[in-house]
Order: sequence, then C-alpha cells, then structure tokens
Amino acid sequence: MDVELLEIRQHLGRFPPFDGLTDELLDEVASQVEVAYFKAGKDILTLGQELHELCYIRSGAVEVYRRGGELYNRRVEGDIFGQFSLLRNHRVHYPVRAMEDTLIYFIPEAVFHHLCKVDENFAEFVELLRPRLESAVEQQKKNNDMMITRVRKLVTRYPVMVEASTTVQEAARQITDYQASAVLVLDAPGDNPRYTFRDSENRAWQLRGILTDSDFRKRVVAEGRSPDTPVGEVIGKNVIAIQSDESVHEAMLCMLRHNIHHLPVMYRRRPVGIVHLSDIIRYETQSSLYLVSNIFHQPSVEGLARLAPDVSAAFVRMVEEGADSRMVGSALSTIGRSFTRRLLELAEARLGPPPVPYCFMALGSMARNEQSIVTDQDNALVLSDEFVPEQHDGYFREMAKIVSDGLDACGYPYCKGDIMATNQQWRQPLSVWKRYFTEWIEQPNPERLLHSSIFFDLDPVYGENVLVEQLQDLVAQKAATHPLFLAAMARNALNRTPPLGFFRTFVMEKDGKHNNSINLKRRGTAPMVDLIRVHALACGSNAQNSFDRLDDIDRTQLLAPGVSDRLRYALEFLSMSRIHHQVFDIQHDQAPDNNIEPENVTSSERHNLKDAFQALSHAQKFLKFRYPMPSRAK
Amino acid sequence: MLLRPRRTQIPDWTSYLASRAGLARDRRLARFFAAGAPAPETPIAEAPLVALDMETTGLDPRRNSIVSIGLVPFTLERGFLRERRYWIVRPRRSLNAKSVTFHHITHADIAGAPEFDDVLEDLLDALAGRLVVVHYRHIERHFLNVAVKARLGQGVKFPVIDTMSLEARIHRQSLLARFKRWIGRPPASIRLYDSRARYGLPPYQGHHALTDALATAELLQAQIAHHYSPETPVGTIWS
Repeated sequence: MDVELLEIRQHLGRFPPFDGLTDELLDEVASQVEVAYFKAGKDILTLGQELHELCYIRSGAVEVYRRGGELYNRRVEGDIFGQFSLLRNHRVHYPVRAMEDTLIYFIPEAVFHHLCKVDENFAEFVELLRPRLESAVEQQKKNNDMMITRVRKLVTRYPVMVEASTTVQEAARQITDYQASAVLVLDAPGDNPRYTFRDSENRAWQLRGILTDSDFRKRVVAEGRSPDTPVGEVIGKNVIAIQSDESVHEAMLCMLRHNIHHLPVMYRRRPVGIVHLSDIIRYETQSSLYLVSNIFHQPSVEGLARLAPDVSAAFVRMVEEGADSRMVGSALSTIGRSFTRRLLELAEARLGPPPVPYCFMALGSMARNEQSIVTDQDNALVLSDEFVPEQHDGYFREMAKIVSDGLDACGYPYCKGDIMATNQQWRQPLSVWKRYFTEWIEQPNPERLLHSSIFFDLDPVYGENVLVEQLQDLVAQKAATHPLFLAAMARNALNRTPPLGFFRTFVMEKDGKHNNSINLKRRGTAPMVDLIRVHALACGSNAQNSFDRLDDIDRTQLLAPGVSDRLRYALEFLSMSRIHHQVFDIQHDQAPDNNIEPENVTSSERHNLKDAFQALSHAQKFLKFRYPMPSRAK
Repeated sequence: MLLRPRRTQIPDWTSYLASRAGLARDRRLARFFAAGAPAPETPIAEAPLVALDMETTGLDPRRNSIVSIGLVPFTLERGFLRERRYWIVRPRRSLNAKSVTFHHITHADIAGAPEFDDVLEDLLDALAGRLVVVHYRHIERHFLNVAVKARLGQGVKFPVIDTMSLEARIHRQSLLARFKRWIGRPPASIRLYDSRARYGLPPYQGHHALTDALATAELLQAQIAHHYSPETPVGTIWS
C-alpha cells in the first residue's frame, strides 16, 4: 500500500464508484491524480471544451448547467462529473462552475478507461450513472415514440372545409368526393379569436366546428333533418382542436378525454388537418382508446365488469411499449373516469334526470390523473345549493350506491376510509363543501387533516363541472395565506418516510431494522405526492397533477433552482418502478400490489431507487423547515 | 483584496543563481544553479512550481536533521501527483521520542533508509528550474542549505514563495488586519491547516512531508485565486 497518498485514496475510497475498487486500483488512481483549486464562481468546464479527465470533487460543490445555460444539477464532495464526455466524444456538453471554493481531483482518461475495463461495477456506475435517475428517465422517454412524435406528423392531407351556410347534402357530397370522413366548418370571424385566420385570398374565417360521418347519422338522419339544413345548424357548439406541435400522446389524451374520434389540428389559429383515431392507432397499438369507447358502449354494470381484465391488459401493453408514468397514470385515470361516467349515465337512465344539478367529484389519484392499476375508489358528490335533503337526497343516495357498487364490480374496491359519495357526509351541497374546506384551512389541526388531506386532490368527473371548480378555486385562494394549515399539511406529509438504504436482499430502515419488502407507494410515491401538494398549496396552484404542480411551483421562488427537477425525476422513477413491478406481478399471475422485494430489483434500479429515496428524504427535511408550526405565543 | 508587495530586502535571485552556477565546484550544484529560476517578471500562472516540505528532528538546522522530504511539482492550474517525490532519509543525529510521535516515522522506517547524500542529486534535479513553494521558509531553505553545505562545502540558496508569509500579508499586515489587532482581536492563525480552512480546502492529516507539500501547493493556488491574479509577477511574491 502506498502510504504516501493515504489522504487521497482514503477519500476516494469512501465514495462510489471508487468504494468498490481494490486497494491496488485505488492506489493507482490516487497516484495519477492532478489537483486543482477553483474559487467559488469560477468555471471548471466550459461548453465544447476538450476533456480527457474524469473530475472528482474532493471538497466544495459545483453546479452543472445545460447547454442553454439553465441549471441542470448540483454535485458535491465525493461526486464525479465529466464521465459522459469521456464515454462519448471528449467534448464538454454540460458546463460546470464552482459553487463554493472547490478542490477537484482530475483522474486521467487512461486510468478511467482502465477502471472501466477491470471493474464491472465501476463501468456500470459511470455508464448508467450519476445523473443516474435523469438518464434512466430520459432513456425511457427516448424509447417512447408517442411522447416525441408531434401530431402534425400524422396529418397527411389538407382538411376539407365548408362554410357554415353550406347544406348538409353538399357537405356530404364533398366528403365523398375527397374520400374523407369529416369536414371542418368555417364561418365569418366571431366570438373566438383563437380559431380566427385569413385564407390565401386574405379573407378572414373562424373555425366553427367539425362534421363527421357519424354526425350525419346521429344529428341529421336520426333527427329527421332536411338535406337542405345548413351545416352550421347541425354542428356542436364547442370546437375541440389541438395544436400541430403537440405530441401524438397529447392528441390521444384529448380524444380519450372528450370521447371523440376526429380531432382538428391547428397551426396557430389555422386548421391544417384532421387526425382520426385510426391514425393514432397506427402509432399506438395499445388499446386504451378501444377500451374507453368500449366502456361507453356497455348497456349494463355486468357488461362493464366484464371489461375489468381488459384494463390490466391495456396497462401491461402500455408499459411494455415504453409509456412513462404520466401516460400510464393519465390513461388509467381516464379509464377510471370513463367507468364512473358510464355508471352515472346508467344511473340517470334508471333513476330519471337529476332533481338538482350535481357534479360527481374524483378525489386522490384519479383527480391527480395519477391512477395506478391497484387503486380503490375515492369520490364525492357536490350538489347545487338548490338541494333540499328531504326531497332530493333519496335520488343522490341511490345514484351514489349504483356508482360505488358498480365501480367495486369493475375492480375499484370500496374506499376503506369511507370517502365515497355513499357516505352522507360527502354528499352535500356546494355551500356545505365550502364550509368544510374553509374549516379545514382556517382551523386546521394535523389529526383532522390526516383524514381529509385526500380532499385536496379534487377534480370533476361528470355533471356540472363548475361546482367542483369553485371548490378548487377556493382551496387555491385560501391555502396559501394560512401558515397554520400549511404547517399541519406539512407535518402530515412527513408521516411516511423513505427507507434509509436499499440493499441486495433487504431494505434498511432508519431504526436499523431490515425488511425484505417495501411498499413503494407508502414509502415513495405517496409521501412525494404529499410534499408536492403542500408546496403547490403554498404557491396558490390550481393544478392537481403532481407534475403540473411542480411546473406551477417552478414559477415561484419556493424551491431552490434544480430542486423541482430532482423531485420530478425521483417521482417519475419511483412511479415507474412501482408500475414495472405491477406489470411483473400481472405477467406472473399474481395480484399486483405496491410492494417490491429487493431481490427482484436489478442493481441499476437499486441505485436509482436509492437516489430517489434520498431526494425524497432531503425534500422532506426542507418541508419541515419551510412550514414550521407557528408558535402559540404569536 | 488587492495587496501591495511588501518592501523588504529581496535579493536579485536571477543574477545570484547565474553567478553561483559559475562558482559551483560540485556538478550537482552546478546543474541546479544553471537551471536558474523564472525571471521575476514571470506571471505566476506561467511559472513551473514545486511544493516542498521536510520533516525534521527539530527546528535548529545545526543540531537537528532532516527525516523526510516530500515534493509535488505543480502549476497555478494543476498539482501533478504523478510526479510527486518522497524520501525518508537516515538522520545523522538520532531520533528523539518527541519527533517520532510528531512525524509518525519510526526507527524501523529509518533503519533501511538512504543517507541524505544518496537522495541529494534526485532532490536537486526535482527542484531545478522550478520555483520552490513552502509554508514557512525558515525551515526548508535553512535545513537544505546547512545539509548541503555540510556535505559539499558549498550551500544552496534559491528563491521561495512562502505561503505562510503571503498569508501573513493578508491577515496580519493588511489595513483591516492591523485595525482588528488595534481593537484587540486575536490575530488570524497562519498555520498551514488553519490557513487552508479559510479557503475551503479540506483538512488533511498533517505532518507528513508529501501531504504537507500537496497541502501547500493547494494553498498557493487558493491564495492566488482569492487575493492575487494569474498575472502576478513571481518577483512580487517570492522572497
């Protein structure tokens, strides 16, 4: 052992990937090191610079930037950087600057490559590496065509367009002539500048709507209208369209959400084409779209229940084709919402029209568009203030029961905490709901909020959406100005913590105990979602989805730069791990759950999980500090 | 903080070394002097440097001996560990218990170690042409001078950058430092590891000649980054 370099090799030996090296290799590294000091603020690596060394932070901290200059991440003592340049083309892609006074050990390229050759763990570490989480997530995205393919790629021809005064007969003739399946309907500019444009002859038009093959059947023939009827009288009132630079995935979601098969594609304010469901199917063979339209065609609860296996099948295919957690969460939520909507339609068909307006409200993961394959139902009914319990509650009680029993039959078990519209407490007019939320926010205590925090993820599913939107607004407006409420929510968000470590065969808990399985929801995604919710409430965000919430949080100074990206990656990784393990369960004929066993985890996934848990742990510490319980003395 | 060079008696090293080269009787010394030192106006960023540290049996060159020598060639930009040198040498005078505990060098280490004479050539060659950097110049330069003179009949002197005296200029002689002393604050410690801490440099296990040499090299890089500039002429900071 080369005792002279003890100082260097001991330090290296404490940090991965050097911690796994033999003493001889460590000595070799230590003896080849070059040292340099960088004062805080000084550039260490500049964009495009040639690089032939691996950089190791002996002391201090650095910031890594993206090409465009925005902060990518931070590295501290014991971290390495520059390995990507060494593995690729020796050019610096991510400039690095000293954030504090920093001492760097430069490890020559030859030593780096030698280590990669002789030590498999070292190679695995630097390749997958360090922005391990990030690269893992980016990799998943890259594999996924739907996320990056823009919808304009699916537009193969110009749309057929007619004026609103055209007769339906003429429109039908044009559709036939052009071998299309829909026409866009234009009119003089009016109320909507978003869809107003000028044609090549400089005439101004506004897109008014779309008339499809099936509209001729449903809206013209079935209703006994004359062939001379102007198309303007037949089309629906709202235009649902998508911008050409949105992703195919977004187009799919838009169709799912509105249950439509034709989608006008806009370049800014001008229509440039129509995308049909089948166009997307060509790109996207998974069947969540079919499933949704199938749901809406079921005449009975029994029919719906028979679709439950299709949900798992669609889930597995989606994951196998490389969907990320947002796509999966969003598709499963849409499927769940579709079941709920169809059950409500069936209930209305049986019970007659509702006596007063209502909105069926989703809570928890469905409201966040983050539903998983293992989920129970959380829902409530918000009724119009015209509601008179003695006269109307019988109707809604019955409706709630039909929906809740139906959902249970379709694979969404009853909520253990009884947060369902069948519970009278959660089947109330808007004014009562407003009182609930006001009390929770203005007179909070952690115990009470523990059971009601689920209500702070809320979204309309069916009915008069405005009833639920008012509640969303109330929460967004009030929460931010009530520190006691935020403190109580923050305290609850700390109830569930990540494990300390994650090893080949066990999970290390903070108290030193070993476990041989871990609940990834309880120990990972749920606490992450909880803490994001607190920040979102603090910044007055109206968003429900955790990633959307992080976008809103980013617009404030609430989190230090780079922190929200780290949370995003950590949440994405935890969610995907959970999803992959559920797929594994389904494929092995086991009931999927939220548990994973460390022995079923690959070593790179283990590294990533460690990083994600660490990100969560840091974020929890910050949460505690950021939202302290205001002292009583005040 | 901008610092004025201190007005002290600094020899004209360039002509001194040149004249010595002609007078040296020993070829090893002649070679060392002939390599000279960077001209005083050389910017520090362009000067080849070498950090030097010695562990000794005591503080008096006439009564105590050198036990180990460590050096790390470096520049303002990089320290080159690969070119480091480290020798344990057998002292002429015996080790006492105190210096054993201090340097972690034991009698067993020394038993098989070479005499100073045997490493002298390698040492002078490693220093030749480079500007020597030490922390507290009165140890290394004097010990080396006395040891060389005892063996070759001729001493060896050369310019050094003393990181301790640079630290003293900053923390003891600046206006602010004098003001602080005037109001009764204790002076800042300018010992190697206390000085390093001020620049965010990590603590090392001290009293190993090679580690201390590396520590000194890093300290100079930090001092220049904070208080001087890469263009600072070496002549304004050597002594």
